[in-house]
Amino acid sequence: MAVLFAVLQAATLALILALVYRPLGDYMARLYTSDRDWRFERSLYRLIGVDPRSEQSWPAYLRGVLAFSVVGVLFVYVLQRAQAVLPYSLGLPAVPEGLSFNTAASFVANTNWQSYSPELTMGYTVQLAGLAVQNFVSAAVGIAVAVALVRGFARRGSGTIGNFWVDLFRGSFRLLLPLSVIGAIVLMIGGVVQNVNGFTEITTLAGNSQSLPGGPVASQEVIKLLGTNGGGFFNVNSAHPFENPTAWTSLFQNVLMLAIPFALPRTFGRMVGSNKQGYAILAVMATLYVVSLAALSALEAGGNGTAPELAGGALEGKEARFGIFGSTLFGTTSTLTSTGAVNSMHDSFTAIGGMMPMLNMMLGEVAPGGVGSGLYGMLVLAIIAVFIAGLLVGRTPEYLGKKIGPREIKLASLYILVTPTLVLVGTALSFAIPAIRADVESVSIWNPGIHGMSEVLYAFTSASNNNGSAFAGLTANTPWFNTALGVAMLLGRFIPIVLVLALAGSLAAQDRVPATAGTLPTHRPQFVGLLVGVTVIVTALTYFPVLTLGPLAEGLN
Amino acid sequence: MSTTRTTARTHWVAIRAMLLFTLVLGVAYTTVVTVIGQVALPAQANGSLERSGDEVVGSALIGQSFADASGEPLPEWFQPRPSAAGDGYDGGASSGSNQGPENADLIAAIEERKAQVAAFDGVDEADVPADALTASASGLDPHISPEYALQQVARVAGERGLPESEVRELVESRIQARDLGYLGEPTVNVLQLNLALSELG
Repeated sequence: MAVLFAVLQAATLALILALVYRPLGDYMARLYTSDRDWRFERSLYRLIGVDPRSEQSWPAYLRGVLAFSVVGVLFVYVLQRAQAVLPYSLGLPAVPEGLSFNTAASFVANTNWQSYSPELTMGYTVQLAGLAVQNFVSAAVGIAVAVALVRGFARRGSGTIGNFWVDLFRGSFRLLLPLSVIGAIVLMIGGVVQNVNGFTEITTLAGNSQSLPGGPVASQEVIKLLGTNGGGFFNVNSAHPFENPTAWTSLFQNVLMLAIPFALPRTFGRMVGSNKQGYAILAVMATLYVVSLAALSALEAGGNGTAPELAGGALEGKEARFGIFGSTLFGTTSTLTSTGAVNSMHDSFTAIGGMMPMLNMMLGEVAPGGVGSGLYGMLVLAIIAVFIAGLLVGRTPEYLGKKIGPREIKLASLYILVTPTLVLVGTALSFAIPAIRADVESVSIWNPGIHGMSEVLYAFTSASNNNGSAFAGLTANTPWFNTALGVAMLLGRFIPIVLVLALAGSLAAQDRVPATAGTLPTHRPQFVGLLVGVTVIVTALTYFPVLTLGPLAEGLN
Repeated sequence: MSTTRTTARTHWVAIRAMLLFTLVLGVAYTTVVTVIGQVALPAQANGSLERSGDEVVGSALIGQSFADASGEPLPEWFQPRPSAAGDGYDGGASSGSNQGPENADLIAAIEERKAQVAAFDGVDEADVPADALTASASGLDPHISPEYALQQVARVAGERGLPESEVRELVESRIQARDLGYLGEPTVNVLQLNLALSELG
């Protein structure tokens, strides 16, 4: 019976996403290819001093992304440091320097790792003017970069890949903002709060006192999910009943996280002139998603481990209204996108179950991945896949009529090396430097033994892949983690973006080579299988050793 | 020189864009959603508050403790799940235990709870449902499973001098089915159940 309900719930989600795929994908394709600006947009472009009809080369596009992100980091940093004098701060003091840096890096990098407990740290002004704004614009930046790469495939002999400011504005105002208003209303109907009441002291039925939190939650909740950001208004994120009150709001939150990333392959297919290419990418993403969801659900329902077996089920860290499958569905969605929101505590998952969210992130978050970042991550893997296929048959590889030459393959290879390097070096340094190791073990790690090492591995995996979820027992508000994870988030976000935009420029400059009998068709099941294989093998080879030290050792003990 | 100028110009554009986004996506958007919530959905937007008479006694969505000042569970009330939020159901400090499956403290806590709940409700240790032994993710879980609610009927009825059948009927009428019949799990809202119970006398 439980399995049937689980399958029905997953099927409902799949059905909704299938219904959304074409209209949303087509809408985004029109959005990013139209040369008509709305009147209010024209006046905004004038206000910021941008000519919306001028096209940018890839270095100019990149300059826009980086300048905007630097300004974003400074903005969020200053807002937190000035919290004491801002209105609606609930009497909270300025956020300390190290934590302010970490949080600013985190929200600009679309990670939303939270070293802090929001109820105790962030007032309403920082949340809405700093954090919620980054939830919108960091998502819009991600989609812009993906669209720029797609233009690289679509254009011939072009020196330009679009205009960053136009992509940023359209993504924010024509896509994310309207969907957020609708989504916020749906969430409020379900019971998500939206007020500026602060904390209300009440006397409970049994005569105790309790303080009930308030806040503009629904407005931030919806964009947290839609933009695959993941930073909760409250400490426990989407497990908090004021963020996610019912089983159906939880399913709706899954839809919010997956809608744009799963529709972007349609946008891609549309823009390169072949919907079949979009379906192939979608098939790869969906295959990985389904397998991962089934694995985590089976592991948690199995409930192996001393504590779950003693309790009669893996319910530690799970909410009664969601149950096991509502929790594994959300956890899978959150870590296969770059969201990192949680509605259950991953730290308390069964040992091997807890490995699944890590593995999902280690895949590079491409199934379907974060808004934009998932698509460009998958397209880079597709380049690697056609390259490997080309090696096997001894032909120059091509993808969508573009030659994959030395420059392209170098950029793609560097791309897939960035996050593993950050994850493994960060984790290793946490234990290799004696003074830091002592601090990590005595202050940060919460669960003793092997599980504690998994907490650190999870943290660097999450930060470097811009996910933001955690084995949340880890106390990350320390100088080491605030700094190291902050740096990992920024490098894990922006080095790949540099490489992707360089790739976009180099592809756009090429002419299209006509397909011949020897060209590998990239819209058939054969290629889907190849790309799934490449994604899994690249990840498995990189991370298998470190996983044997953590969750595998714990689970097989 | 021209590179410096281009870079400076780009940053100036970025600063103006960020100010604009802050006004529109931060301030205006939040205000609009807040107004919609307060005008069209005030009950939900303000926390789905539950009242006993005129007094607000909590939120239907936020679990609360039914224990005395020293933390001992009060036998005349249905008990919620264990909570890791502050000292238990602290609305200002939502938290799970974050203890892993092999954590010795968690294993000890589950053993202790098992013995305590079994003795408290007068049932066999093996029959105590898992949600009675484990802390939720939020520490503010307002629900328990129907099994755990039904297990507490005899104790609550006895303490209150009510017929067991009447309390059992009350619990059964308060079981919330899965959303749409198949989403999530069946639950009982502890605060709403206890409110209804207090009206029974």
